[in-house]
Amino acid sequence: MIYQGKQKIWSDYQKEIPDNHWFYVRSCIRQSFFPASERYFLNICRDLLGKDIYETEHHTTCGGIAYHSDTIPQETAMTIVARQFALMKEAGYKNLVTSCITSFGNYTEILETWREFPELEARIRENLWKACRREFDKPEYLAHASDLVYKFRHEIASKAKYNLVDHMTGEPLRVVEHIGCHYSKMFPHKGVGGAEYPCVLSGMVDSWGGQVIDYPERRHCCGFGFRQYLVKANRGYSIANTHKKFESMEPYHPDMIITNCPGCPYFLDRWQYVISEMEGKTYGRNGYGIPVFTYEEVAGLVLGFDPWDLGLQMHQVAVEPLLEKMGVPYNPKTKYLGLNGKEIMKPGLPTVLKCC
Amino acid sequence: MMDFGFSISPSSTMNLDKVDLTLYDRLCSIEPDARKCMACGSCSATCTAGPWTGMSVRKVLLDIQRGKDKEAAAMLKGCMLCGKCTMVCPRGINTRHLILSLCRIYGEDAK
Repeated sequence: MIYQGKQKIWSDYQKEIPDNHWFYVRSCIRQSFFPASERYFLNICRDLLGKDIYETEHHTTCGGIAYHSDTIPQETAMTIVARQFALMKEAGYKNLVTSCITSFGNYTEILETWREFPELEARIRENLWKACRREFDKPEYLAHASDLVYKFRHEIASKAKYNLVDHMTGEPLRVVEHIGCHYSKMFPHKGVGGAEYPCVLSGMVDSWGGQVIDYPERRHCCGFGFRQYLVKANRGYSIANTHKKFESMEPYHPDMIITNCPGCPYFLDRWQYVISEMEGKTYGRNGYGIPVFTYEEVAGLVLGFDPWDLGLQMHQVAVEPLLEKMGVPYNPKTKYLGLNGKEIMKPGLPTVLKCC
Repeated sequence: MMDFGFSISPSSTMNLDKVDLTLYDRLCSIEPDARKCMACGSCSATCTAGPWTGMSVRKVLLDIQRGKDKEAAAMLKGCMLCGKCTMVCPRGINTRHLILSLCRIYGEDAK
């Protein structure tokens, strides 16, 4: 195929992402799992890149977690989302950016449902008015926060203090990218690269000097799957998913995993501990695990923020071997010190998985 | 090892390139119509024994195509040979005869 033809086909997989003026909605669970990620997204976009990103303390969960867990009907989730749109309208914004992949999937699904069934949208408008006397406009553009970081990846690379490179050998780090299922598997045209070639994370890795590795189960679910994990009787399926992914990526010796979903880094990180306790197996080098990061954490590392300010001490799998490989300085003594030097307590050590 | 109250569920993946299709090939040599099945499930839907015994001609054929001979043989025991499945098959497969042929193959193997 001629080059121009390839370019034309590839352009169909692209997504329009406005450069500025976004209304930001946080995830309901990310701040518990990876507490600094959202803060550093705002720090990077607002303070470092000078973008206008607005958030309000009045927004709530999008209801996606309850919807996907079968505890609320879609109409309820739609009314919750309609309220977020109303907040966006009141703040004077037209572009909505979500922190969470499931929120992104939920918003996308709702907007597509309203497009197909306008009468449902009218009913939700009525519900919202009855519930809280608010009116909303649909966003002109909807993006996930990783879309924005993908868009700004070259600007971030130009300000980088460290690259995803082994600083001793100069070899690029071997990076596994894992994209949340709700990003583009449900509505392929809403994600950069579609469902077949999602490049939102691999684009960042390429720009920041790493080498993306391909492996057979690359697009397999991380294992969260909501009901697979939330119902204890199904948890064996959840960990079986994660186990399958790690068994598949192990021969390629990844240095790190980068993710863009709240559940994926949590499960890929914590299940490594559970697998090590169940089977005595670890997947990193010398008894360590493979460190798992959110894209904000990776961007923060590349930009030279302190690893403990980025919340990397909250990970189950030790990040120190990777920091040493990248040449990122860190102080082991301040690892478990919070704000103002306050002790945040040390976790107990696993029996098999090596931690620092 | 630590007990978390759950364990890693075993994989149900099967490698179709490595499945033993000897029995399916033997069935097709006796009953060439077996290849006509499109797994529509009309036979299963109409099966009198199905709701109580789990019998399903569609599943029996799928099991044999996947090399799961034991599961297929166990399911065949539920068949009453009433022939209703033959009457509804949109491909005109004589499913009753096919079941008898399968029983014969399994019977020969058991000897």
